[in-house]
Amino acid sequence: MGSEEESAVKEPLDLIRLSLDERIYVKLRHDRELRGKLHAYDQHLNMILGDVEEIVTSVEIDDETYEEIVRTTRRTVPFLFVRGDGVILVSPPLRTA
Amino acid sequence: MLFFSYFKDLVGREVTVELKNDLALRGTLHSVDQYLNIKLENTRVVDQDKYPHMLSVRNCFIRGSVVRYVQLPPDGVDVELLHDATRREARGG
Repeated sequence: MGSEEESAVKEPLDLIRLSLDERIYVKLRHDRELRGKLHAYDQHLNMILGDVEEIVTSVEIDDETYEEIVRTTRRTVPFLFVRGDGVILVSPPLRTA
Repeated sequence: MLFFSYFKDLVGREVTVELKNDLALRGTLHSVDQYLNIKLENTRVVDQDKYPHMLSVRNCFIRGSVVRYVQLPPDGVDVELLHDATRREARGG
């Protein structure tokens, strides 16, 4: 009934299909990252994620010492639509021991 | 067409649209189109002190391409339906 066609991994988008209903890591433009459960996506990489944590990274330069201060801002959102044109990459969650 | 259909089902619900310029607008989803352009009613700015120039805006049209996120109501998501629709859409795309 074509079920072999459905589960065949032929192109990169098929790889993302394997992560449906699983937690994923998404790198976005402008130093943003998301971690959440993938509920839907399309060929533009528009996505709907559940239980999402957004991490925004910013670098400040101290006026006197000129050292770089890296700050991260986190927030969580229960359900989020993400527009695909901001997506850089999609991956299973990175293991940080 | 997947997300176009999804947003059509969400018309009438409260959402928060976060734009690429960091402006966040909360309102009732009035309509959506194939480009995911959004019309919001009863619009209010999330951070009013930071963006006072939007105080009198009640209804607005948002170009789809300037949207970064749309925060959805937690009960506005039938995850099983989304999973099935995604599997159907992603195949043969």
